[in-house]
Amino acid sequence: MTRLTLSRALNEGLRKALENDPKVLIMGEDVGKLGGVFRVTDGLQKDFGEDRVVDTPLAESGIVGTAIGLALRGYRPVCEIQFDGFVYPAFDQIVSQLAKMRYRSLGAVTLPVVVRIPCGGGIGAVEHHSESPEALFAHIPGLRVVACGDPADAYTMIQQSISCDDPVIFFEPKRRYWDRADVDVARGLAGALPVDRARQLIPGTDVTVLAYGPMVKTCAEAAIAAGADGRSVEVIDLRSLAPLDTETIFESVRRTGRCVVVHEAAVTGGLGAEVAARVTEECFYQLEAPVLRVGGYSTPYPPSKFEEHYLPDLDRVLDAVDRTFAY
Amino acid sequence: MAVNVAGQAASPDSRRYPGQPESAETVQLLTPEGQLVEDPDYPLDISADQIKDLYRDLVLVRRIDFEAIALQRQGELGIWASLLGQEAAQVGSGRALGPRDMAFPTYREHGVAWCRGLDPIKLLALFRGVSHGGWDPKEHNFHLYTIVIGSQTLHATGYAMGIQRDGAVGEDGEAVIAYFGDGATSQGDVNEAFIWASVSNAPVVFFCQNNQWAISEPLERQSRVPLYQRSQGFGFPGVRVDGNDVLGCLAVTTKALQAAREGQGPTLIEAFTYRMGAHTTTDDPTRYRLSAELESWKLKDPIERVRQYLIRSELADMPFFDTVAAEADQVGARIRKACQEMPGPPPPSMFDNVYAGAHALLASERDQFEAYLDSFADEEAAR
Repeated sequence: MTRLTLSRALNEGLRKALENDPKVLIMGEDVGKLGGVFRVTDGLQKDFGEDRVVDTPLAESGIVGTAIGLALRGYRPVCEIQFDGFVYPAFDQIVSQLAKMRYRSLGAVTLPVVVRIPCGGGIGAVEHHSESPEALFAHIPGLRVVACGDPADAYTMIQQSISCDDPVIFFEPKRRYWDRADVDVARGLAGALPVDRARQLIPGTDVTVLAYGPMVKTCAEAAIAAGADGRSVEVIDLRSLAPLDTETIFESVRRTGRCVVVHEAAVTGGLGAEVAARVTEECFYQLEAPVLRVGGYSTPYPPSKFEEHYLPDLDRVLDAVDRTFAY
Repeated sequence: MAVNVAGQAASPDSRRYPGQPESAETVQLLTPEGQLVEDPDYPLDISADQIKDLYRDLVLVRRIDFEAIALQRQGELGIWASLLGQEAAQVGSGRALGPRDMAFPTYREHGVAWCRGLDPIKLLALFRGVSHGGWDPKEHNFHLYTIVIGSQTLHATGYAMGIQRDGAVGEDGEAVIAYFGDGATSQGDVNEAFIWASVSNAPVVFFCQNNQWAISEPLERQSRVPLYQRSQGFGFPGVRVDGNDVLGCLAVTTKALQAAREGQGPTLIEAFTYRMGAHTTTDDPTRYRLSAELESWKLKDPIERVRQYLIRSELADMPFFDTVAAEADQVGARIRKACQEMPGPPPPSMFDNVYAGAHALLASERDQFEAYLDSFADEEAAR
């Protein structure tokens, strides 16, 4: 076991992928000498060269569009989008090309492209640097959308995503980049939990709290606090947002009878809405209360002086947990 | 009076930019009247048989297009994007490609598809609504049709960057050609592709068919400068060729591809041509352009000039032209029959090929859909 930050765990995972497959490429703005603005690619260009760790011109559509071309030639590009709010210039290439080319070709074309996106707020940033656009991508057939919540998952999930033959949108919780945890870097991918499965993080009996990315830690802390008050909160890290691991979700909610979904993104049209609809449809007779959502408000991401109020925190999660017991 | 770099008096037209020549230099090796023109930059090294083959390509491609328009009018296709008038640009550039070169088309490159050996039936399947393309790009080194304007130029550039990483530049190198139109030059993706290709010196040829119209928008809506001059700002050469001259298009593209293969980087080719038909079968060009313009371009027909040349130089006789015409009829009849007999896809197959790996959610939707369909079968049986 090695104690690593989430950023470093991603770095080690990328390094492993580059070592294991000569077709793996990293491309993005400032990923070379600088090592990325969050240092996720630190030192990789030095060790793998400028042809494999590619500093690109400053244009997101170009990054993803050329990655598609490289994938057509047999490469496995990993694109870094510098911040969540800068992915939109690439949205057309992701939605209309990356997601659909396999379908268009009746299966002849395989595009193993990973698009890494640091997401979420909580770092006091200026506008466009704190967004959570995952639902936009989860809505698009042809994409897989995943979010890592801790260093160990970051290490394995990035490697699993790179070896996946489908395009993967990979969300990284930027305010957790500096969180440290033990990571078994000697361990291979064999036996690891598949990237499209959710994980029971904390077992519980009274209520199921579903979270992903930056909210996993918040919800885990909420579960501990609730335990002190005598409530047994089960926390599940969804990990895969498209497809959702409904089997794991339903099994938990059927046991607990209560469900709260937590994300930073605005609740309107968010992943929580999708989870709530499916849980209601499949677990209707086991539910003791409506599925509740905790998330961002239906405003643009506010200036950072507001973010402690905008972002779901431990108290808002506990408030929602309490409300599920009011029915 | 100001004098520009070409030594000419500057135009009083304020829309011209400094240094722009009064009239663009256009490479032309075969005039509309069918006269060969010598060009020291593009010496013609082509046999009579090769010119006859090009003539055959042009005629067959036009016939496929003609048949497809008829099929659309008869309800067999949902829509068709005609290439009428652009046959020389497509056949000339398409025949310049080597077997290992890769082509990235728009949705109008039926002539290039023909040159790459793709069965026209595949194109009809797309416009009939049976598939979104459905061919394997590797089979003929001809990528899928791209409908979003300009997106494919980035794919072509990325593919060319892959060629570089494979060490396939230099002697016996490979190259890529990206097709797009005049309207596409306004797209961000096309400009980004120019930048990527330039800074990475990628082996890609940008082949712009300037057919003067982006649906109803004339070239003035897209550019103040001749399109081939755009490349200067990106740092690579640009050349304009008479897009209705199959020999000129062949020579210019051959040279640009060879430069790319050898590691000299990208070239922009502007094939100056005209969209003789509508944008697609749903369009009505009489609403936005004058018939006089169309009439003037009829005099520059890409096929007629080759025919005139072959006749005048006595390289071909009437039986040759009759044979080509008969072959065109055969191809037309074949694709008509195949289109009419094309089976509709089985409904559950719409769930196929969304993902390479297993996808539980999609699998369950497919199961539900099939059960739903089966419920009608049960009803039918009960009657």
